[in-house]
Amino acid sequence: MRLSERAITGVKSFLFVAALLPLAYLSAGAFLFPDWLGTNPAEAITRSNGDWALRLLLLTLTVTPMRQLSGWAWLLRLRRQIGLFAFFYVLLHVSSYVSFDHVFDVGEIFRDIVKRPFITVGFAAFVMLTPLALTSTNAMVRRLGARRWQVLHRLVYLIAPLAVLHFWWMVKRDLTEPIIYALLLGVLLGYRVYARTRRPLSRAPVAARS
Amino acid sequence: MLIKRPSEILPSEITPHGTYLRRREFVSAAGALALGVAAGIRAPAAAAQEGRKIKGFIKSKFSTTEKMNSLKEAAGYNNFYEFGTDKSDPPLYAKRLKTQPWTVVVEGEVAKPRTFGIEELMKMQMEERIYRLRCVEAWSMVIPWIGFEFNRIARLVEPTSKAKFVEFVTAQQPETMPGVRLPVLDWPYIEGLRIDEAMHPLTIMSTGMYDEVLPNQNGAPIRLVVPWKYGFKSGKSIVRIRFVEKQPRTAWEKANSQEYGFYSNVNPEVDHPRWSQRTEKRLPSFFANHKTQLFNGYGDQVAGLYAGMDLRKLY
Repeated sequence: MRLSERAITGVKSFLFVAALLPLAYLSAGAFLFPDWLGTNPAEAITRSNGDWALRLLLLTLTVTPMRQLSGWAWLLRLRRQIGLFAFFYVLLHVSSYVSFDHVFDVGEIFRDIVKRPFITVGFAAFVMLTPLALTSTNAMVRRLGARRWQVLHRLVYLIAPLAVLHFWWMVKRDLTEPIIYALLLGVLLGYRVYARTRRPLSRAPVAARS
Repeated sequence: MLIKRPSEILPSEITPHGTYLRRREFVSAAGALALGVAAGIRAPAAAAQEGRKIKGFIKSKFSTTEKMNSLKEAAGYNNFYEFGTDKSDPPLYAKRLKTQPWTVVVEGEVAKPRTFGIEELMKMQMEERIYRLRCVEAWSMVIPWIGFEFNRIARLVEPTSKAKFVEFVTAQQPETMPGVRLPVLDWPYIEGLRIDEAMHPLTIMSTGMYDEVLPNQNGAPIRLVVPWKYGFKSGKSIVRIRFVEKQPRTAWEKANSQEYGFYSNVNPEVDHPRWSQRTEKRLPSFFANHKTQLFNGYGDQVAGLYAGMDLRKLY
């Protein structure tokens, strides 16, 4: 399926609005309808931002498999936007942790990062995601050169597992949700390994579908 | 070599576990039916009915004057893993909990073991205790409980000199509790106190809050409240109280003894691997800017229980 430039702009605009809905919901809950967020609104906000950051991060990793399986080349043009929204929700997630949980106490935050493994890996994922967001512009791709840019952006294969691990270690007892995210991540990374080993054989059928 | 011998019990004769657990229901249902038929009545008075107003309680000098949370806040955010691990699960699913008939078996190292009907316990002289509640997850509330001191139950059953600890067992109703079908914790939920902690006047058995019978998600029809310990020590929906010689193995200790000790006294100096315990969110506040106090601010009354103990080791 080929899309016109106008159609791609339409899809991107739709995605832009959709990706802001979780934030709109939390803002309405925080400022207008306290019932929505319940007794512990700060926790509801931190968790929701973390959930959406993780979901969008995994969504960026589905773009390549989807594109290869469907042959829809235009899917690739959505990836930057999804990635930037993932980073946006990571920023909100980190901000709510810094403000609500630690009230900007830098010493306490530092101790937390050193001492608690789930914070350590979450923070590491945040630190590594930052340069990817900063180098997302076309100008930066040109400055780095496509090759080096790609090597840098392969960091996502480290960031996504760390993000899932962060969730896994945060949970007290019931691992149902982290397990679901881990399985999804396993499929997305497993596909890449599979595609790499199969590439010489599978190129023809994939091309035929486009 | 392993020699397999056929079991003498046919598989068809084995009672399914769920049916076995509900055996008392069949017996009591049959009894109730017979009584009902005989007397022409349908059901006994609903003493433990959720939301029923409680009258005739007295105010306590142990109550705090801090600003209370609302009933909606306290009944809308609960850790009660038998109904699911999300704090919004118990308010949704605990409606199904069967709170009558309800009995509390008190047994073990006591001269006069007894089984109390819930109606009997609800006739005790009640007091209102407005206590701070500090969860290990670094949030807190202020809740007006209605109940009576645990030591009054103890006096009725007369613990022997062998009674060094008290074990509290929470109800396990697989048919109403979706959570107990998952191996999240070793069910039933067990909590425990040292005998002197249990006998302390601050330790209460609560049957209500905010002038009403306890909402199910808050541990109806009767629960333990120990205000100087993290919330998980205060077992909900208690069906069995056992006076024992050895320190009980509690549900959270079994699950993760590195993180949850037997004592679990509120202590800002003893860090939990997951949460710094220095500060807390006094809900519904957004910010964790409320300083946590040793023994949750009840040190004047309870610090003496721990004289000479290293609270870092015995956390």
